[in-house]
Amino acid sequence: MEVKTLKKEESKTGTKIRISGAEAVIHCLLAEGIETIYGYPGGAIMPIYDELYKFRDKLHHVLTRHEQGATHAAQGYARVSGKVGVAMATSGPGATNLITGIADAQIDSTPMVCITGQVARHLLGSDAFQETDIVGISTPVTKWNYQITEASEIPEIMAKAFYIAKSGRPGPVLVDITKNAQFEEFDFDYQKCTAIRSYTANPTLNPSKIEEAAALINSAKKPMIVWGQGIILGKAEEELKSFVEKSGIPAAWTILGASALSSSHPLNVGMVGMHGNYAPNVLTNECDLLIALGMRFDDRVTGDLSTYAKQAKVIHFEIDPAEINKNVHADVPVLGNVKETLSALLPLVKENKHEAWHNEFKDRYKIEFDKVIKNDIHPEKEGLTMGEVIEQINIASNHEAVIVSDVGQHQMIACRYAKFNTSKSNITSGGLGTMGFALPAAIGAKMGAPERQVVAIIGDGGYQMTIQELGTIFQTKVPVKIVVLNNEFLGMVRQWQQLFFDKRYASTEMTNPNFVAIAEGYHIQAKKVTKREDLEAAVKEMMASPDAYFLEVGVEKEDNVFPMIPTGASVSDIRLS
Amino acid sequence: MEENKTYTISVYSENNVGLLNRISGIFLKRHINIESLNVSKSEIEDVSKFTIVIYSTEDWVRKIVGQIEKQIEVIKAYYHTNEETIFQESALFKIASNLLFDERQIQNIIKDNHSEIVTVSPEFFVISKSGRREEIEEMYEQLKPYGIMQFVRSGRISVSKSEMQISNILKEFQYQ
Repeated sequence: MEVKTLKKEESKTGTKIRISGAEAVIHCLLAEGIETIYGYPGGAIMPIYDELYKFRDKLHHVLTRHEQGATHAAQGYARVSGKVGVAMATSGPGATNLITGIADAQIDSTPMVCITGQVARHLLGSDAFQETDIVGISTPVTKWNYQITEASEIPEIMAKAFYIAKSGRPGPVLVDITKNAQFEEFDFDYQKCTAIRSYTANPTLNPSKIEEAAALINSAKKPMIVWGQGIILGKAEEELKSFVEKSGIPAAWTILGASALSSSHPLNVGMVGMHGNYAPNVLTNECDLLIALGMRFDDRVTGDLSTYAKQAKVIHFEIDPAEINKNVHADVPVLGNVKETLSALLPLVKENKHEAWHNEFKDRYKIEFDKVIKNDIHPEKEGLTMGEVIEQINIASNHEAVIVSDVGQHQMIACRYAKFNTSKSNITSGGLGTMGFALPAAIGAKMGAPERQVVAIIGDGGYQMTIQELGTIFQTKVPVKIVVLNNEFLGMVRQWQQLFFDKRYASTEMTNPNFVAIAEGYHIQAKKVTKREDLEAAVKEMMASPDAYFLEVGVEKEDNVFPMIPTGASVSDIRLS
Repeated sequence: MEENKTYTISVYSENNVGLLNRISGIFLKRHINIESLNVSKSEIEDVSKFTIVIYSTEDWVRKIVGQIEKQIEVIKAYYHTNEETIFQESALFKIASNLLFDERQIQNIIKDNHSEIVTVSPEFFVISKSGRREEIEEMYEQLKPYGIMQFVRSGRISVSKSEMQISNILKEFQYQ
């Protein structure tokens, strides 16, 4: 296989050392500043694991209990730290078990490098033991992938892998390495990749588009900002804050954009989308200018596209040209890294207050508070709500915790009610909606931000999809807090069955095990509460514990998440009950 | 609804293993059938060119081209309508040799269609014909009554009437 020299500069002749491909992989990881990787060994990747043993003082390998857990842990690590997450697995089933996490990282733009072992080159295509075409399988869900069949390819491909994973719009990269390439010796020399001729990481900033955008912003009467994860990935939190404050424009966020601007900021008007806040959803269809910052108009955000913000001009700040006009037409597309484009925009923006317009958000917040929020957070009924659990965590953490949520009702409640002071604090599976994400992602998040409190919020369904990662928590002693909100249902599906399928609860009721006993089986401190009077103390005890802690909260079985935009409905047809 | 039309997508890329799979996957994801596909070298050294024909709306073909261009090893992708390109296909007809002498009309068909005989053996001869899809189809219909032993037609190859600014992109990279 031909490998092209794609690096801009020819590598300077450094001191070459003669080592095996397997050892070269470790040197590449160290050169990229990697300290922690997640994985699971097996036959075709044993030479690399042998080197991991030798380098165990420099490179911390976390043995997860399933390869899917390794990918989600790498994702959690990447999302809190802004660094590249690394997952490793053997060939065949080890590699295919990575796919869900890779697909999740692809749709949520998470920088991740996955390294898989592969059968030796002479066995490729022969249906050898534990052979799968992982390059073929992973192609649609990777930003880039490559099969290495000779040791000499390792430095250049690894350098490209890390460059591609973290540059531009980040994403997952898979590098498959045949066993012979791991054993072969070659002269190793590593140069970081800084450019690839066929790949533009950051589109060039076009000043005329910035001017057009500024003109629209300065003349708008009812402008609204919707920011997404692009702000976090582009490290543009300060620029966002300055823009919002100078322009006085109410700013809403997508689920993955949460925490980029403090929850308590007066111009933060909440979440858009299917279970987002009432005001920003309804007012999307009343604003005269919609300023989209690093977001991609996902269908869960827009609802019915034919009625979405039709009255408004749209400015789309975006790093990925393929996102422009993909779902929503942009009157002014502003391509580029959002940190750069916002910085260029800021001096051109006039100071404004938009008080009357902002009051429209406040009025609608009051409606939502009276009809939904009050009952979610301060319920008067007997059963516990998910919302009041989140509220207790807010209080106990002083809005400083990293919240890692799984997928379903509890996720929507967590994202609606968790309060954040710090960016990179809301880790959830947004685009793919991967149940089982939270427990392993919380492990990675805690390792990526060891100084921060990490709380996983998980439903009883998703918890059992990756429950084996309790073993990883036990073995590594990583002090994550695990909260299972147990309604004994696959709650979100049950909600849809109630609302749209005449309460035919097909396969959504769960007969659950003794979760406390399971956690205790892994020697993790555990408690269950079912009464309101016990909740506050239990949350406080959990947060105060220096170790991992499992808290099960028995919540109301058939609560629904509102507001809700039914599938295919317009954002302005959002239901409050 | 925008109307469906024939579009020719031209993709300039690195020549790497697996890229065809990556590009075809973008059509698969949108449930679009590829009408024809050709991969060859291009006017630029070390750069491959995919010529892909699909039948779709302009809105979709624009989005597809965006998603193709986003692939790491793709340098640039374009789409054109038939009117904006010069395009051809190539076909081979294998026919029993005795017919060349028994059926005089076959020689006229070869001549009238501006095709040529590329080889003759005692058992069969092979006619090569380049041209538009309709011209090849027409010749096929003319030869069909005499019996065609084998027939094959290539994917579309095309060049655009307007300039494709690939060399500039690559040059810019060199001087970055």
